Amino acid sequence: MLSFIARRLIFSAFVVIGVLTLVFVSLHLAPGDPIDMLISPEGGGRAGPEIIAQLRSKYGLDQPLIVQYLNYLGNVLQLDLGTSIRNGRPVLQEVLRLYPATFELTLASLFVAALLGTLTGVLAALHKGGFVDHLSMTLALLGVSLPHFLLGLLLMLVFSLQLGWLPPSGREAGFGWESLKHLIMPAATLGVATTAIIGRLVRSSMLDVLKEDYVRTASAKGVHRRAVVMRHAFRNALIPLVTVLGLEFGVLLSGAVIAESIFAWPGLGRYLILGINGRDFPVVQGAVIFIATTFVLVNLVVDILYSFLDPRVQYA
Amino acid sequence: MSRSLKRFTRNPLTIVALLVVLGLIVSALFAPRLATHQPNRQDFRAVLQPPSKEHYLGTDEIGRDIYSRVIFGARISVTVGVLSVALGGLIGISVGLLAGFYGGLLDSVLMRFIDVLLAFPGILLAILLATALGAGLGPVVIAVAAYSVPTFARVMRGSVLGVRSREFVEAARAAGARSHRLIVKHVFLNAFSPVLVYATLLMGGAILTAAALSFLGVGVAPPTPEWGAMISTARSYMRQAPHVILGPGIAIFLTVLAFNVLGDALRDALDPKN
Repeated sequence: MLSFIARRLIFSAFVVIGVLTLVFVSLHLAPGDPIDMLISPEGGGRAGPEIIAQLRSKYGLDQPLIVQYLNYLGNVLQLDLGTSIRNGRPVLQEVLRLYPATFELTLASLFVAALLGTLTGVLAALHKGGFVDHLSMTLALLGVSLPHFLLGLLLMLVFSLQLGWLPPSGREAGFGWESLKHLIMPAATLGVATTAIIGRLVRSSMLDVLKEDYVRTASAKGVHRRAVVMRHAFRNALIPLVTVLGLEFGVLLSGAVIAESIFAWPGLGRYLILGINGRDFPVVQGAVIFIATTFVLVNLVVDILYSFLDPRVQYA
Repeated sequence: MSRSLKRFTRNPLTIVALLVVLGLIVSALFAPRLATHQPNRQDFRAVLQPPSKEHYLGTDEIGRDIYSRVIFGARISVTVGVLSVALGGLIGISVGLLAGFYGGLLDSVLMRFIDVLLAFPGILLAILLATALGAGLGPVVIAVAAYSVPTFARVMRGSVLGVRSREFVEAARAAGARSHRLIVKHVFLNAFSPVLVYATLLMGGAILTAAALSFLGVGVAPPTPEWGAMISTARSYMRQAPHVILGPGIAIFLTVLAFNVLGDALRDALDPKN
C-alpha cells in the first residue's frame, strides 16, 4: 500500500515537471517575446532599443533558452510564479487571492452535478427502457451538447434581463441568500455538462451492478427491493463515480474560465482571460500551472482513495 | 457489417443527426450560393434588425446578415473540426499504435508524454496553445488537435493491446510478416472501430472547443464569421436584440448534438456486446 502511494507520488511529481516543461515550451513557441508584446503599438507603447534591452535583461529574456528554462523551473518549484508584466503584482499572490472564488464555484457545480446526476442515473437504470430512462438520457444528451457559453448567456437573458430574478454578474462572499443568488447561474452553467456525464455513468454502472450475482442472491433470499437497490447495488455502483468526480473537478476548474468570464465572477478563470487578452504571459503561465497542478493533486488523492474503496485495485 | 448498419439506422434520431451533418457539409461547400448576403458586408441603416424576409436571422450590430454569416461559419467549423481531428488522430493513433504494439520502454516513454497532456484538464491546453500561437485558423487547429491527441492515443493503445495477442496476429507473424505490415494490415485495421467512434464524438467536441476559443478571444480573428466569435460579440447586444445569439447558438448546438448522437449510435452499432 505504502509503496503504491509512493509510486503515485513520484509519478505525480514527474507529471508536474512535464506540465511545467510543456507550458514553458508552448509560451516560447510564441512569435516574439512578452516584451515585444508589451511595447508593440497594440500593447500601447513605444520604446527605444535601450529600454527594450533593459526590460529583456530584467526578465532574463536575454539568457540562453536552457538557462531560462532552468531558472523558470527553479523559480516555480520555489513557488515563485513571477510578476504580472502589466501591473507588476506577484502572480502567486493574485492566484491564491482569487482561487477561493473559483473553488466555491467549482465545488458548488460539482456538488449539485453529483447529486442530480446520481439521482437521474439511478432512476434511469431502475426504469431501463421506460419513460424516465428515455427522458433523463435525452436530457443528458442535450446537456453534453449545449456549449457552456451559450447556456450561460441564455440563462442570463431569461433570468436576469427578462425576469430580473437573478443578478447578471459578480459575486457576494458569504453564506446568505444574496451570495446564493449570485452563485446559481454560474454554477448551473458550469455544472450542466458534468450532471449529464455523471447521470450517464451512474446509469451504466448501476445496470452493470444490478446484473451481478450478489444482487441476484440478495433478491433471491428475499431482501426487500429497496434494500437490494440501496445497500447492495447503489453503493457498489458509486465506486467508478469517485474517479470521474476527480476528473470532472479538473474539467470544471478549467471550464470556470468561460462561466467566470460570462458572469464576471472574480476568480482564477477570469484572471486567466484578462492575462490572455493583455498578452500577460506570466499571468497566463501562472494560472495554467496552478490549475493543472491542482488537477494532478486531486487525481492523486482520488487514486489513493479509490484503492481504499475498491480493494480489488492492484498496487503492483 | 450489415447487422451493424441496421442497428446504426434503427433509431430515427440517428437519421436526423446524419441529415444535420449533411446540412452542415452542404452549407460549408456551397456557402456562397446559400448565403443571401456577403457575410462581411456592413449596412449601418439596418443594424440589429429582427428576423425578416430580407434577413432570415436578422442583422448584427453593424448590419451584417446573420443568416449568411452562420452559413459561412459552417466552413470554419467544418474545416477546424476535420483538420484538428485528422491531425490529432494522426498523432494520437500513431502514438497509441507504436506504444501498444512495441510495449516496453517505448510504451512507457510515449504514455508518460500522454499523461502530461492529460494533466491539462478540459479546454486548458487548447487555451494555452492558442494564446501562445496567436490568432488564426492554423493555431486553432493545432490547439484543438492537441486536445484530442491523448484520447486517440489511449483508445488506440488499448485497442491494439486487445488485438496484439490474438491468434491471427500470431499467425501472420509466424508466416513471416514484417513488423510494419503487421502493424498496418493486421493490428491497425482490427483495432480501428473504437477509434472511429471517438473520432466522431471528438468532431463535436473539436467544433465546440474551437468555438469556445473564439468566444474567449483566442480563436479565429474577426471579422471572420465564426460561430463562437459571433456569440461573443452578440453578448453586448443581447438585451436590445436577443435574436443575435440565436442564429449562431442554434447552429453550434445542433452541430455538436448531431455528432454526439452519431458517435453514440456508432458505438452501439459497433459494440460486439450488443
